[in-house]
Amino acid sequence: MDRSVDRLSLGAGLGLIATGALLLADQRDMIELELGLFGGVVAIFLAGTGLALLWRRPTAPPVTSLTTSEMLTTAEVAPASRPDTDRLRDLYRGGFGIALIAGAALIVLSRTGALDSAGDAILTILVAILALALVLAPFWWRLGRNLAAERAERIRSQERADMAAHVHDSVLQTLTLVQKRADDPRAVAQLARAQERELRGWLFSGDRAFASASLATALEQTAAEVEEAHRVPIEVVAVGDGPVGDPGSALVAAAREAMVNASKFAPDAGEVAVYAELDPAHAEVFVRDRGGGFDPESLPADRQGIRESIMGRMERSGGTARIRSSDAGTEVELQIELGGSR
Amino acid sequence: MSAQPSVVIVDDHGLFRTGVRAELEGLVEIAGDVGSVEEAVRLITEVKPDVVLLDVHMPGGGGVEVIRRVAETAPAQRFLALSVSDAAEDVIAVVRAGARGYVTKTISGPDLADAITRVRDGDAVFSPRLAGFVLDAFAGQITEAEADPELDQLTLREREVLRLIARGYLYKEVALELSISPKTVEAHVSAVLRKLQLSNRHELSRWAVERRLVD
Repeated sequence: MDRSVDRLSLGAGLGLIATGALLLADQRDMIELELGLFGGVVAIFLAGTGLALLWRRPTAPPVTSLTTSEMLTTAEVAPASRPDTDRLRDLYRGGFGIALIAGAALIVLSRTGALDSAGDAILTILVAILALALVLAPFWWRLGRNLAAERAERIRSQERADMAAHVHDSVLQTLTLVQKRADDPRAVAQLARAQERELRGWLFSGDRAFASASLATALEQTAAEVEEAHRVPIEVVAVGDGPVGDPGSALVAAAREAMVNASKFAPDAGEVAVYAELDPAHAEVFVRDRGGGFDPESLPADRQGIRESIMGRMERSGGTARIRSSDAGTEVELQIELGGSR
Repeated sequence: MSAQPSVVIVDDHGLFRTGVRAELEGLVEIAGDVGSVEEAVRLITEVKPDVVLLDVHMPGGGGVEVIRRVAETAPAQRFLALSVSDAAEDVIAVVRAGARGYVTKTISGPDLADAITRVRDGDAVFSPRLAGFVLDAFAGQITEAEADPELDQLTLREREVLRLIARGYLYKEVALELSISPKTVEAHVSAVLRKLQLSNRHELSRWAVERRLVD
């Protein structure tokens, strides 16, 4: 069980017992409490603390105070039992607050002498409340546990339903298509790759918060589209990330053209490799194929793709494009400043 | 060391094991294939293959668990991770546990055989994807106080080598590009692998802790 809950409950109990004992002793004239100004201050302090505890909004569990090994063990039961302990904590905090306020009230009563006659009655009531609490506590606790378990189960079945829906919409559909097109190996490979990409994106890309503003995501999507259109596998490796923005869009468009060229002119030379090194201020993208290569210097004038869509586009946006080609393949290197700060 | 390396294939998908076996037929000597952590530990300690082809994701702790338990009796056993997984932390975790490389399952038979031979010979095998992961993991700034320059940072040269690998260059093309020998490229990659395994870098440790792999 959560350690801080134990501490709170212990504190609440001790506070209650101490207040009771003090008042009892005073009542029996065993000690003489100097409940003058000092008593007033103590009463106000107790009541204030109690109110603060009661009114304070429930806070997140203090995970940072746990050691790593504790995190590892509690992680086994999380997240289903977390809300449970949270509620317990609130419960105990509430109890502690009430105890403090009750203590303050008793001190005031005792100071004004009103307690003298009512002492035995109050003691009786306290004992009765305590007994009642002892009887009810297990029921209360079990009820809370059942509710939490029910809620966890509901969340789990919701997750299962989401997962089933996703698998149906994606994987099962693709498998059906694969069966239908079994006579076309290229189409099957293509379908499988597209599905793989989609599934990976679903499983692993959760940490990119703003997908539409992510340059890495934009490049991956572009690669997926080119792959879809030209049926040549494109492998994207992206390090870091940057904003899409205007220069970023130009970069993505030029990279798309480079990928299209690689797919068109080196369709049977294995994967096209795209490597992107990104940070908020600067982006570099390399598109490499293993085709027969060409001579960038002697480009025919009609090869608008390279001249205009890659080089011209990059230069207009303040970037550079460099093409290196040999019989071992072609690499297009794109660089641009994104305008952000590192 | 020119004889065919002996290989044990560990993967919980029987279909995949059959496929890899067929692809590697005649290229390496296949000493067996198994589909669970328990069987893998038993078979590997029994036949002591040159290289274990290891799936990252398996029920019962995955590749990391196999490496950990084999290392108790045979710390020198060499592993090559083979996975469809794209989650950087999983891949980094299995390499940190001791795998000498990582390749994706789409790799061709001859390329895979080549990678196995290189792992057998003590080299590290970095696919473009792994190079990207490592660059990413070592990318963040770390404060002077916690930095161990020996382990927590890549040298300029190591970074250059990794970038070229990420760009799809083969080791010999990297060597050509940087005007160094292929052996030097191997040395740089091995150094990166060592750093990856020994570094206490915050990011690497965090990945591992999140996956509950270290305590």
